[in-house]
Amino acid sequence: MQVPLSAYLILSAYLFLVGVVGVATRRNALIIFMSIELMLNAVNLTFLAFARFLNSMDGQVIVFFVMVVAAAEVAVGLAIIIAIYRNRETVDVAELNLLKW
Amino acid sequence: MEILLFAGFATVAAVSGLLVVIQRQAVYSALYLVITMGALAGLYILLEGHFIWIIQIIVYAGAIMVLFLFVIMLLDLRREEVMWARRDRGQILLAAILSLVLLAQMVLALGRSYLPAAKAPAALAEGFGTTQTVGRLLFTDYLFPFEVTSVILLVAMVGAMVLAKKQFK
Repeated sequence: MQVPLSAYLILSAYLFLVGVVGVATRRNALIIFMSIELMLNAVNLTFLAFARFLNSMDGQVIVFFVMVVAAAEVAVGLAIIIAIYRNRETVDVAELNLLKW
Repeated sequence: MEILLFAGFATVAAVSGLLVVIQRQAVYSALYLVITMGALAGLYILLEGHFIWIIQIIVYAGAIMVLFLFVIMLLDLRREEVMWARRDRGQILLAAILSLVLLAQMVLALGRSYLPAAKAPAALAEGFGTTQTVGRLLFTDYLFPFEVTSVILLVAMVGAMVLAKKQFK
């Protein structure tokens, strides 16, 4: 018996929602960022599952591009967090409220 | 056999994924995320991603997470004293409830197998998921996105260096 497609999709949905809860709940900017990476990984799993079950290599190539863009995004995002920490001495997103009305 | 492997990797990924978001110290979250990515790499092997799982280990677990750990080390963060502040409690509860509802909806929707492919997965092409196939696609059908990603990486490098440069007064 093979592992059905829905098993992979449900696992991916669960990981994505764990990432969403992490982004919505935590105040530490680094952990929010890690939750975003978790969401990206969940989406990668979805792409690969569909690529396997539909016999299409497009899914795997897209995962490759997602990884490249994620790497670029992490580099820039962490640089921003470092710059914020230098100015504000904190990575607590609740403290970054200059634009709040 | 495949089911056992899937169950093992999926359980590890699910548990460590959950542990990523509920740690007090950022470094523990990063380490659990590394475990999650390793478990996902195992799942990618089951999905015939012979090139992608290696890239996952090298790029995600080996480079991105190392970058995270470097930044955590440089910022010298304290243990988060108040994880769920009183004034945030309402928002956190709302996020948790809505996520659970969405998860239930997704499980119901994805549990059915609409696609005929879900019941009988298509026979795979020769060399599916191998490095040769991915490479050939990257240099033929996906040549333009491939070149664009090189520009993206260059821009990200320059941007990160400019942002994190020490400001000399």
